[in-house]
Formats: sequence, C-alpha cells, structure tokens
Amino acid sequence: MAVAAFAVADDQGGQRVLTLTGRLDAAALKELWKPVRDAVASEPSRPVLIDASGVDYCDGAGAALLVELLRHERAAPLEVKNLRPPFDALLRQFDARRLEHDLDPPPPRIPIVEEIGRAAAQVGRDLRTQIRFIGETTAALAHAFTHPHTVRWRDVWRVAERAGADALPIVALISFLLGMILAFQSAVPMKRFGAEIFVADLIALSMLRELGPLMTAILLAGRSGAAFAAEIGTMRVNQEVDALTTMGLDPVRFLVTPRIIALVMMAPLLTLFSDVVGLIGGAVTMQTFGIPFITFFREADVAVNMKDFIAGFIKTFFFAILIGGIGCLRGLQTAAGASAVGDSATRAVVSCIIMLVVVDGLFALAYYVLDF
Amino acid sequence: MGTTTGAKGEPIIRVIGLDTGYDGVPLLTDVNFEVRRGEVFGILGGSGSGKSTILKNMIGLLPPIRGKVLFGDDDIATAEGDARERILSRFGVMYQSGALFGSMTLLENVRLPLETATSLPDDAIDLIARMKLELVGLEAFTGHLPAELSGGMQKRAGIARAMALDPEILFLDEPSSGLDPITAASLDATIRRLAEATGVTFVMVTHDLASIYTATDRVILIHKKARGIIAEGDPRRLRDESEDPRVRSFFRREPEPIAA
Repeated sequence: MAVAAFAVADDQGGQRVLTLTGRLDAAALKELWKPVRDAVASEPSRPVLIDASGVDYCDGAGAALLVELLRHERAAPLEVKNLRPPFDALLRQFDARRLEHDLDPPPPRIPIVEEIGRAAAQVGRDLRTQIRFIGETTAALAHAFTHPHTVRWRDVWRVAERAGADALPIVALISFLLGMILAFQSAVPMKRFGAEIFVADLIALSMLRELGPLMTAILLAGRSGAAFAAEIGTMRVNQEVDALTTMGLDPVRFLVTPRIIALVMMAPLLTLFSDVVGLIGGAVTMQTFGIPFITFFREADVAVNMKDFIAGFIKTFFFAILIGGIGCLRGLQTAAGASAVGDSATRAVVSCIIMLVVVDGLFALAYYVLDF
Repeated sequence: MGTTTGAKGEPIIRVIGLDTGYDGVPLLTDVNFEVRRGEVFGILGGSGSGKSTILKNMIGLLPPIRGKVLFGDDDIATAEGDARERILSRFGVMYQSGALFGSMTLLENVRLPLETATSLPDDAIDLIARMKLELVGLEAFTGHLPAELSGGMQKRAGIARAMALDPEILFLDEPSSGLDPITAASLDATIRRLAEATGVTFVMVTHDLASIYTATDRVILIHKKARGIIAEGDPRRLRDESEDPRVRSFFRREPEPIAA
C-alpha cells in the first residue's frame, strides 16, 4: 500500500484542490497533520476541495484528519470528495457540530482563597471523623472488655498470628542488626578511652527504653497497619462493610476491635523479643572487642533496672492501639476506585509513623517531667 | 418466613418527597412512591439515573438530602439506636457484588447474622443457615469460599445470607448484572419462587428487561433528565400502553435520540 502523501494545486476557478493519497493512519498522520492543516488554513477565503480518490486506507486517525479540516469555520466552503464508500461511511459517523457540543459544564474555577478555605474545612471534617472514630473505638473496646463473649476471638487469634508470630523473623533480624551496629559504632570511639565495657550500658538502656519499642512499632506499622488498611479497604470496595452495616453489625466492633486486641497482645511480646535479640546482637559484636558474654550481660544488668524496662514496655500498649486504630480507620475511609486501597495503605503507614514519633516524644517528655 | 404481620398489598415502605444525590447536589427531586407487602417491586432506570442512590437511601447507607423513607412510622434517615436496629432487622440486602465475606465459607457467611443477632444454640444456627442455602440451591456448597464459586452462585449465596434472619423485605441491587442470560433467568426464577413461597417483599434495582418482565409485579421508572419518576405500574402494561416516548424507548429497548 502506498505511503500517504498530499499535493496542493489551485485551479483556474480559484478553488484550492488538495489531493490525498495512500494510507491514512496514525503513522501517516504524524507527517501530514500540520502541513495539511496549514495548506487549508492559509487561504481561508478560497474554496477547498479535498480529493480523496487516491486514499486506499483510512482508519480512525485518518478520519480525525478529515474531521479536523471540516470542523473549523471558514469563509469559503470545504468539501471532501471521492472517498471510497467504506471510509466515507466511517467519516459520516462524526458530526463536527456534535463534537463541539459538550454537555458537561466547564469545571468551575475556584479562587485560591476559597481553595484554602475548602482545604481547611476538609481538615476540620477529617479531625471530626477521627475524634468520632476514637470515641467509637473506645466504646467498642470498653464493650469488649465488659462483654468478652461478644469479641470474635477467632479473628483475634488469626490477626495475632499474622501480626505477631509471623513478624518474629523480621523483628529478630532488624533488632539483631540494630544491636550489632549500635555496639560497633559506639565501641570504636569508646575503646580509645578504654571504656568499651560501657557499650553494654548504652545498648541495654537504649534498647529497653527507646529503640526496642519504637523499632518494633515501626515494623508493626509497616506490616500490620498497612495490612489492616488494605484488608478493610478491600472490604469497603467490595461492599462488605455496607453489608455489615445493613445487617445491623457495627463495623468498628466487628472489624476494628479484634485487630486492636490482637495488636495489644502481640506488640509487648514482640518488643520483649526485640529487646533480648538486640542485646544478643550487641553482645556478639563485643565478643570481637574481647568482652565475653557473661561480662556484657552482667554490665547490662547493672546499668538497667525494672523501671527502664517498664518505661519502654508501657509505650508498647499505646503504640499498638495507635497502629491498629489508624490502620483500621484508613481502611474504613477508603473511597471507590482501583487505586483507593493502595492510597489507604500508604496513608495508614505514613500516619502511623508520624503519630508513633509524636507519641514517643510525648512519652520522653512525660518521663523527664516525672523523673521516670 | 413467618414475619408477615400485615395484610398482603398494604404499604410496607413509603418514600415521601425524597431529594437524593451526593454532597448536597440533588440528582433526583421530589421522589414519591410506596412498596406494597408481598410484591416484587422494581426500581428501573438507565445507567447513572440514580436508582442505586435511591436504594442507598432506602437501606440507610446514605441520608437523603430531603424527604423520608418510612418503614411503618419509622424514618430510616433519622432513626437512631433501637429504632434503627428495629428497621434494620426488618430487611436484608443482596449487594451487586454479593459482598460475601471472603475469608469465610458460605455456611459461615450465612451463620454470621444469626450468631450476632440471636442467642440460638449452635446446632440450631447451623441448621437454619443450611436451610437458607438450600432455599437458593446451594446446600452442597456450604464449605466453599466465595472465591471458589461462580458469579451467579455468589449472588444466590448473597440472597441466602440476606434471608438469614427472616426479613420482611429483601433489597436486591442489580441481581442480574454480570450474569449470562441463562444464569440470570435462573436467578429471576429463584426470586419469583421465594417471593411466592415465603411472602417476603422484594425491592430490586435493575435495568435488565428480561428480569423486569419475569420477576417484578410493579415498577417505577426513573429518568435522569426528568430528575424523578416518569412511570409507575405493571411493567408489561407500561411497555404496551404508555404514551410517553421515554417510557416506550426504555421498555422497547429503543435508543433515545441524542440531544443536539
């Protein structure tokens, strides 16, 4: 089939004849679109005849070129002639006037002040949703506490296994490496002062009070917070949450309570595990600096007491409620559409991590004030 | 089902002066109709006409902009606490996707409303759930997960779950969407059989003409441009007797002219 081409000629009657030949498709249009349009537009007062007798193929893209020529208002007429019947039938599907007729109103332009106002109002609405959710969750947890038989324990155990037991390998790996890295980074400078034995104090204090709970919580946020948001978000998209509502079952009591209970049980255990593995990581590193296990752990034992352990341990309950609550809330807020579940999971992890750091800071402040 | 307390044919749901839409922007205005006890009632209309939005108003998932949806004297839009529970206990809903809980077997799905709303012994719950599945012909699939079933079976399971607590009214959202004609016809037959055998009132949202003629007794037709109901009555009579070109074009499956 011939390559598309065009030729322009002006006849004696003052008419411009534009001859199109060959295969009019998307590939040809790339070369023809601008020159053909210019050839027609350059003489708006001259009648134009488009002779398409040489066109041996024309698809939707080719038809678009002809519609483009036909749809613009001109002083003199423009006519397409001799297009073969199948291509002519295709061209006749399009009415240039109908193309211009868009029933959708143009999107309203919002002044910047109004946009800021709307954004602020949205923040206010979000805040109200969150406060209501906190209230509903608290009521649901209180109800679960006073009526334990109403809790879906099978769901609790299922979530506990996935959020807790299944997270052991990753918590072990991160905590072990954290202990090793901390030990190594601090042992090198401390060795210069002959104080490498105090690495045990540093690791024990930082793991128990701060890093054990926080790292475990961040891992939980990434694994379970995102999983809750995605799981509940998918249920929302599939109308399962609507089904619960019309069955008279409260989604918070049915979906959120078991997840928060499971996390509240698992987070402290994982943190305890993280503390121990982190200490072992530190101890392994210190072996290479000539400090045996027994010395390391005896030093650590002197450095920390029950108060330090409890200071870290208390936080884990709050972290668990936070992660479970935010993950479920983001899931319940999932909108419609394919990307909505992904968005919810992302928002869950980001909100969890921000809130974890903020709450951890508040705890640090409170412990300082209380001298705990 | 044993919960029919009123006479057949009396109004069971009354929709009065309903303005409905999203974010305060009305899609339909001043919609009025009633559903009568024991009938299979159809809410019809083209895509995007607002029929599913009316359904959401009726089942309390979306508050109307204005107007009432009365179950007896209770308005579902404003009812709270016990009054709301009372209304919710009167109906079941089958959603377009079936909305079965993916992590539970069919039997567990049907057992769930029974477990939460009643304090029956476990073996009674089990038997009732199996009977509901038998009503829709799924007694042999109790241990299957929803994902292991075809679309038509999932919808039938959705009906079984919606019927678990013997509701007076069953709402069906687009029951035949996504089904082949034979499966859709068998679902229509199931609906018709259940309506006659159990006395349950069915309210179905649909645009499937075959379903409308086979399954429904009375319908309303919603039109997007008219922003409300343009016809009400027996669908067969509307098809044969209506003078309104919009009604004729819907029931005779003729395209409406594109607006210039």
